[in-house]
Amino acid sequence: MDSRRLFSGSFSLKNIHPSVLITAVFLVAYPSFATDFFIFQIGAYSLILGTIALSLMMLAGYGGMVSLAQLTVAGLAAYLMAILGDNSMGVMGLGWPWWLTVIVSVLGAALFSTFIGAVSVRTEGIYTIMITLAVAVAFFYFVRQNYVLFNGFTGFAGVEPPTLFGVYWRDPVPFYYLSLVVAVGFFAAVSYCARSTFGLGLQAIRDNPRRMRALGYNVTLHRIVAYFFSGIVAGVGGVLLVWFNGRVSPGTVGVDVAIDILVIAVVGGMRHPIGPFLGAIAFVLLENFAIDLIDRERFNMVIGAAFLLVVLFSPDGLLGLWNRVRDRLRFRGNAQLSAERVNKDDPASSGSLEKS
Amino acid sequence: MGKLKHVLAATLALSLAGPAIAAADDIKMGALATLEGAFTVLGEDGMRGVKLALQEFDYTAGGKKIELVTGSSDASPDSAVRAVRKLVEQDGVQIVIGPLSGSEGLAVKDYAKTQPNVTFLNGSSAAQDTTLRSPAENFFRFSTEGAQWMAGLGEYAYNEKGYRKVAVLAEDYSFPYTQVFGFLEPFCRLGGKSPIDARFWVPIGNKDYSSVIAALPDDVDAIFVALGGADAVNFLTQYEQSGGDLPLIGGSITVDQSVLGSKGKARSFVVGTPSAGPVSDTWDDPRWKEFVAAYKKAFPDGFPSPSLFAHAYYINSKAALLALNEVNGDLSDGEKKFREALSNLSFETPTGMVSVDERRNAIADIFLTEVIEGPDGNLMNKTIKVIPQVNQTLGVSYDKFLEYGQVGRENPSCS
Repeated sequence: MDSRRLFSGSFSLKNIHPSVLITAVFLVAYPSFATDFFIFQIGAYSLILGTIALSLMMLAGYGGMVSLAQLTVAGLAAYLMAILGDNSMGVMGLGWPWWLTVIVSVLGAALFSTFIGAVSVRTEGIYTIMITLAVAVAFFYFVRQNYVLFNGFTGFAGVEPPTLFGVYWRDPVPFYYLSLVVAVGFFAAVSYCARSTFGLGLQAIRDNPRRMRALGYNVTLHRIVAYFFSGIVAGVGGVLLVWFNGRVSPGTVGVDVAIDILVIAVVGGMRHPIGPFLGAIAFVLLENFAIDLIDRERFNMVIGAAFLLVVLFSPDGLLGLWNRVRDRLRFRGNAQLSAERVNKDDPASSGSLEKS
Repeated sequence: MGKLKHVLAATLALSLAGPAIAAADDIKMGALATLEGAFTVLGEDGMRGVKLALQEFDYTAGGKKIELVTGSSDASPDSAVRAVRKLVEQDGVQIVIGPLSGSEGLAVKDYAKTQPNVTFLNGSSAAQDTTLRSPAENFFRFSTEGAQWMAGLGEYAYNEKGYRKVAVLAEDYSFPYTQVFGFLEPFCRLGGKSPIDARFWVPIGNKDYSSVIAALPDDVDAIFVALGGADAVNFLTQYEQSGGDLPLIGGSITVDQSVLGSKGKARSFVVGTPSAGPVSDTWDDPRWKEFVAAYKKAFPDGFPSPSLFAHAYYINSKAALLALNEVNGDLSDGEKKFREALSNLSFETPTGMVSVDERRNAIADIFLTEVIEGPDGNLMNKTIKVIPQVNQTLGVSYDKFLEYGQVGRENPSCS
């Protein structure tokens, strides 16, 4: 979790926090002990939702721009995959080679995201949310009613990843590793980006746009470029999403799902790129297993209540909760340590509590 | 650090748990319906159908106890596949009943192909291609589909009502396409007309029908309306207010209890509207009456009469239980014997005999009804005729039926 040091330039193996190693080993070894269901529907799906939520975290956490249209961007990439590549519906399906389809889909999504950025960055707070929500709703109704390009209500089915190197990439284990590589890649990229000049500039704009403008920064352009990058992240997430589902329909890009992405990002925590992934794991586990915990008519209440509790007791989400627990443990550890030393009458260390 | 280890350990334990293994004697049955989203009420009634069948068998079939595991979708195909995947791969169910709506059915059929050792029975989904084109070996539909539900209506409108040219108003997705096809195909074969420009497709949840009403041609004899629930009520109210006087023909869910029970002038206006479907609330038959009584007794807080969703889920669950009885609960060898029993099953339901064809789609009776004003002033659907044993290809051969093409806005062209 110590990505700050990881990307600060003064990186050495010794600096890796043990928890990072444990997490890495766990993620890589996960398919060896989990069932196919846990690998595919819990593991891979969490990573995909985490990636899409990461694109929102990037905008909202570093740029202060809460966009509800991130899923729409991912959805456009998913639709482009079905339109330009192959599908089994007999509508569109231009049959481009898979690599070209992926590149064009992701770039198309990124351009769409740039466009959303261009129309929304001059607004702040609630107005940004409203504009992006309007885009999401408009896109949902458009794909539902457009039959020529998007095949309307039915959408597309039979969208599959290519078989490469003799591996069918939709099998649980290969697909999990594919999602893992993408998720870790973007996690690293966003962590790095946050420390780069661009990322620092973006955070400065979030904190005080007027001062940054006075310093000669092109605030609007800076924000639009952030939308472009987040569009690439969301677009790749959308490509994985369509491969995961094998299909895309208006239900995939519905407003309720768009809000799910916001919930994932908020519950996970917006201050660090790991937050969206924590939120996605919590969301997917609850979505799948809440129905086993309680009467089937009420299971959505469990999901809502769990998220409400997290947000109520930790405005920073799960990430904040974890940080708070860690700080408390450290505090208590220090207190114990100093208490022991005081008992031993060790004069050298008295007052360590105050220092920490 | 310590905390993190705990979290990891917990996750590990959770992953290792894998599919919970049932006691050797139990059979796990999964039921999937829309328990969230716009169709929640319908999904809940579907679940009542499953429970009614299980209660009738005292949760035992083939000498084994049946354990019911429920799954929920929000009517989108993605969520249906996620829910059914959880039922199969995590909960380890051997039989799945569901889903509820058409596009979910198509998605679940595709998923069924990847799980050859599990048997899937439809819930109430009524899209044609779930069983017509590239069907799955292990997907059975003992409930009929949207085009079958229209059986006899086209002939009735042409011969009895004397309509020669109709306009069409329907929601813009697969289920109404199927219904329009099922109605127009016989109607046009007899010589009826329905020009493409007199067909109006509105999105689900459409509120304002004024533009449609204004565009309705004058020279048609009737309007075929395939709208459901609130959409139907909205259209009827607005059509009545704008002084419309064309007679109507209803789809299977257009003139159901939710419309007939509504207040206002629209009520009197729908009297005489013919319609067709897999159930008829007022069918005067002891088997149906017994079913309604059992439903009311088991679920006092349910609908006044079981909906077609409860009916479809009930039939499919009952088929599974009967087949289990026949093979003494033997689900070994990829459920081969069980599927054979299902394929050969022919049984008595509240709506007559049901069996499946070679593509595992139901052959069953369909009810032709007409709205009448009851003795106490209530509107109700009177059963005009029972069309016996309607099959999916509507009487013609499979190859000939495929030539009609996929259902859609312009099929049949009929002009």
